[in-house]
Amino acid sequence: MMLREVLFFLWIIFGGTAGELCLSRAMKTVGEVTDFRPRALVRVMLRAMQVKWMWIGLTLMTLAFFGFLGVLSLDNVSFVVPVTALSYAASALGSGIFLGERVGRQRWAGVGLVCVGVALVFIGKG
Amino acid sequence: MKSSAGLRFKTYLLILIMVIFGPVGDVLLREGMRRTGKLATWAPAGLVHFFIRVFSSATIWLGIGSLIVFFVAYMLVLSWADFSYVQPASTLSYGVVALMGYFLLGEAVSVTQWAGVGIICLGVFVVGHTHPRTTEPEVEKA
Repeated sequence: MMLREVLFFLWIIFGGTAGELCLSRAMKTVGEVTDFRPRALVRVMLRAMQVKWMWIGLTLMTLAFFGFLGVLSLDNVSFVVPVTALSYAASALGSGIFLGERVGRQRWAGVGLVCVGVALVFIGKG
Repeated sequence: MKSSAGLRFKTYLLILIMVIFGPVGDVLLREGMRRTGKLATWAPAGLVHFFIRVFSSATIWLGIGSLIVFFVAYMLVLSWADFSYVQPASTLSYGVVALMGYFLLGEAVSVTQWAGVGIICLGVFVVGHTHPRTTEPEVEKA
């Protein structure tokens, strides 16, 4: 695999995961959504937009999205998307450290399986 | 306090929306990028020119629209469920992406890659049998 593609994947995985962690942190501040009517949802979105973490998260995710488009111009979607799943290991670590979530043994086992699967998708590209 | 069954139903429903709209968006983006051509430069002017071409494509905008639906469902579910629960649970979409890439775009997917996708789904199943929330919400009833 070319260096350029490796850089794209690092960019997507780390930028995207950090962005999603910020987003999750922002939504926890907003609180659980219980009303699903459109007006209530708009209010939730407006409230979310006032949280600093939402903006940091959106910026990081936008940058990761540009990287995603870049690598999609080079490789098949059935290869690119599964490889980006490597971010699960990073996210499980990150959510334990930054969000205070308890990532139990069973979840780690699931995340581990996902990683093995991603590795096979990678190897199977030939 | 919400019942555990209600919380699970709400979580699964939004995850279903994510699993459909996420992959459709990814496939549309790949199709749009395939038509745009390969990114062959890191030069700022070249990148700007490249992304102007990308965002002139209707297929790309359809993909982005689909991903916005996915994204809204994702944000809603993140308001009550753990990130480390939701993110791996949404990996079912990896199987759907591979299937769509194979059947709709005619991409080559090797036996090893299918095995990888299967193991990813198994991992999703294992994660799906843990409780959606392990932390207390920061905003309690007013």
